[in-house]
Amino acid sequence: MDVLTLSRLQFAVATLFHFLFVPLTLGLSLIVAIMETLYVRSGDEDYKRMTKFWGKLFLVNFAIGVVTGITLEFQFGTNWSRYSTYVGDIFGSLLAIEATVAFFLESTFIAVWFFGWNKLSPKLHLVTIWLVAIASNISAFWILCANAWMQHPVGYVIRNGRAELANFFAIITQRFAILELVHTLGGAYTLAGFFVLGISAWHLIRKQQVAFFKKSFRVAAVWTLVFTLFEIGQGHMNAEILSTTQPTKMAAVESHWETRSNAPIYLVSWPDEKGEKNVVQALEVPSLLSILAHYDASAEVKGLRDFPAAERPPVLPVFLSFRAMVGFGFLFLGVGVLVFWKRNQIERTTWLLKVLPWMIPLPYLANELGWTIAELGRQPWIVYGMMKTSDAVSPISTGQVATTLAAFVLVYALLGAVDFYLLYTIARRGPVDPAARAKAEPQPAHAE
Amino acid sequence: MLETIWFAIWGVAWAVYFMLDGFDLGLGTLFPFLAKSELDKRIMVNAMGPYWDGNEVWLITAGGVTFAAFPHTYAVMFSGLYTPLMLLLFALILRGVAFEFRGKVDSVHWRSVWDGCLVVGSFVPALLLGVAFSNIFAGIPIDRDGVFQGNLLTLLNPYGLCGGVLFVLGFAVHGALWLALKSEGELQGRAVRMAKTLWIPLAAVAVAFLAASWFATRLWQNLLGRPVLLVLPLLAVAGLLLTRLFAAKGAWWKAWFASSAFLVGAALFGVAGMFPNLLASSLDPAASLTAFNSASSPLTLEIMLGVVLCFLPVVIGYQIWVYARFRGPVTAESLDQGPAY
Repeated sequence: MDVLTLSRLQFAVATLFHFLFVPLTLGLSLIVAIMETLYVRSGDEDYKRMTKFWGKLFLVNFAIGVVTGITLEFQFGTNWSRYSTYVGDIFGSLLAIEATVAFFLESTFIAVWFFGWNKLSPKLHLVTIWLVAIASNISAFWILCANAWMQHPVGYVIRNGRAELANFFAIITQRFAILELVHTLGGAYTLAGFFVLGISAWHLIRKQQVAFFKKSFRVAAVWTLVFTLFEIGQGHMNAEILSTTQPTKMAAVESHWETRSNAPIYLVSWPDEKGEKNVVQALEVPSLLSILAHYDASAEVKGLRDFPAAERPPVLPVFLSFRAMVGFGFLFLGVGVLVFWKRNQIERTTWLLKVLPWMIPLPYLANELGWTIAELGRQPWIVYGMMKTSDAVSPISTGQVATTLAAFVLVYALLGAVDFYLLYTIARRGPVDPAARAKAEPQPAHAE
Repeated sequence: MLETIWFAIWGVAWAVYFMLDGFDLGLGTLFPFLAKSELDKRIMVNAMGPYWDGNEVWLITAGGVTFAAFPHTYAVMFSGLYTPLMLLLFALILRGVAFEFRGKVDSVHWRSVWDGCLVVGSFVPALLLGVAFSNIFAGIPIDRDGVFQGNLLTLLNPYGLCGGVLFVLGFAVHGALWLALKSEGELQGRAVRMAKTLWIPLAAVAVAFLAASWFATRLWQNLLGRPVLLVLPLLAVAGLLLTRLFAAKGAWWKAWFASSAFLVGAALFGVAGMFPNLLASSLDPAASLTAFNSASSPLTLEIMLGVVLCFLPVVIGYQIWVYARFRGPVTAESLDQGPAY
């Protein structure tokens, strides 16, 4: 394999691994902040225990998210130096702003929150978790602005042999960036919701700390319904914007080969990339693709054959990822509605309690599939329409990248295993029993 | 002018990173030499606990500043130093998770694994940062296409190794002094003795490094062209001497600040001595990347300057607040009563 393939694999490994931890950070930080708000406002000790228990899971997850994020920033320099030289004027500044504006805040106050239970007043302590939650989400905004610019570059001029900044405001307010942000956050919040629901259900079915987990369950039930519903409605807008910004990705996700008006969607199809057609296509919904892409049944939708083969993404993985992601989205919505509906008599709905722990991995998968569509679907471009991925790679040796790729796979597999093992054991053990805690720790909760 | 300002911000970002993460990395390196019991280990880990993550963001910021202000330098430096940089990142990953993981399972074996990661993950970055920066001070073999013509061994030249040892010792003394002000009793005694003992080789290596810089680099010659900048090596030397003086008096905070001044002075001596080079080529002066030929567009530099001027003072403000809020030694009682690693 060459440096390009190895570097792409390495970046895929590093990003997909990083994104196993980011969504839970984004969502659970807010859920924990909401729980602590409920505690500070009501003084109900159960909410404090909820904050601490879910907060502990949050911290174990957060640690890996942080350390694996650094390698992503630095890999643009190590493996994609030609890209960095060409677009650093714009892309680099977005990453630098993220560090200065958001990441400092997040990393500094996460420690204050963890170590500060006895050192800060309850209100000030509450402020620190909100700072962490808000900063994580602001982080997402800047990172996704940078990614959206790779998907749909705006606000630049080509000058001095590189892309230079022309309109900063256009970059951070473009519709693509905003849609990408809300879609990513919606997916992350859905994941966090199912995480809390699944673990709560696991304990409820075993009748352990029922009051505690019913309360957690109810908070997460409302949360999950809101964001699964949101994600379906909003997800459509993300697909729709592709028809104008990234026609090749649009055509690939639907395996749509021929440019035509009244373009249908086939509920069953299978692409044949060599033959530039679908080997199977059945259950046609007439004009649906035209309607979804342009809100007009007679609108023309560009097919893959209109683009040179060298400018098409790999169709099959993008197509399958999209189908699976959308399928998961509807599944989450269905379960989200059920969970909300049954939230007050959840102990009696045992079948749902049995299913929910098994649901936990699915939003993880859906999030990863979403990124697969976004990044693989953008190929062969690193910046859509501007720079090919093959022109972006560093002048480094195959041996170097092969070695680090092996190291990434090894180290990340071990860390991932350890982290999920810890999450699993902490989640299983459940929160500290209040009766046992009262004996062990007689001192008051807050020193001030 | 904008380029010069950004060159200064670049240097300061690295210097602050060395000063802040320096004590974490130093203390992690000294972990097996200072901790005699599990309690000692927990005190040491928790002496860094509230700070290390916020400190490490200075590295991300220094990287981000390089990327945003000098993208061409970022590209050539990071791809040229591919292997050492990747080693640094893996080491920092191990260090970061060691903090979070070591206390999560109650087993001696489990903890010893993560303690090992903490030590390796602290020592390796200290060494690599020293080797990398002294090579950057001296110039590295990059050609006109920005391709690095060397390997890891190219960087392990005598001057580079001297810089590596300097960073390891400098961080270790810095970390030992931090522990001196964050602990009590026997552990504090060991930290103080360690700081004083290591100060002697540190002073020797620092003098050797400053002298070697005359021959291996053009830092001194460059600084002599702007004599006012000689205040930077002077700051380093004064900081080093005051570190020992305050340590002898038992004034730990003052000693730690003096040690900070030494690290900042030494880093800025190198950075200012390179100006306007960010990455000098040892093959061909025309291939050198400078603050001027690798800078971003004026618009980007202006917007980023606005961001930095607005937000960095806020960051510095709340980080100082955190240091003040969590001041005072970590004790067995405080570990039992409050949340801790």
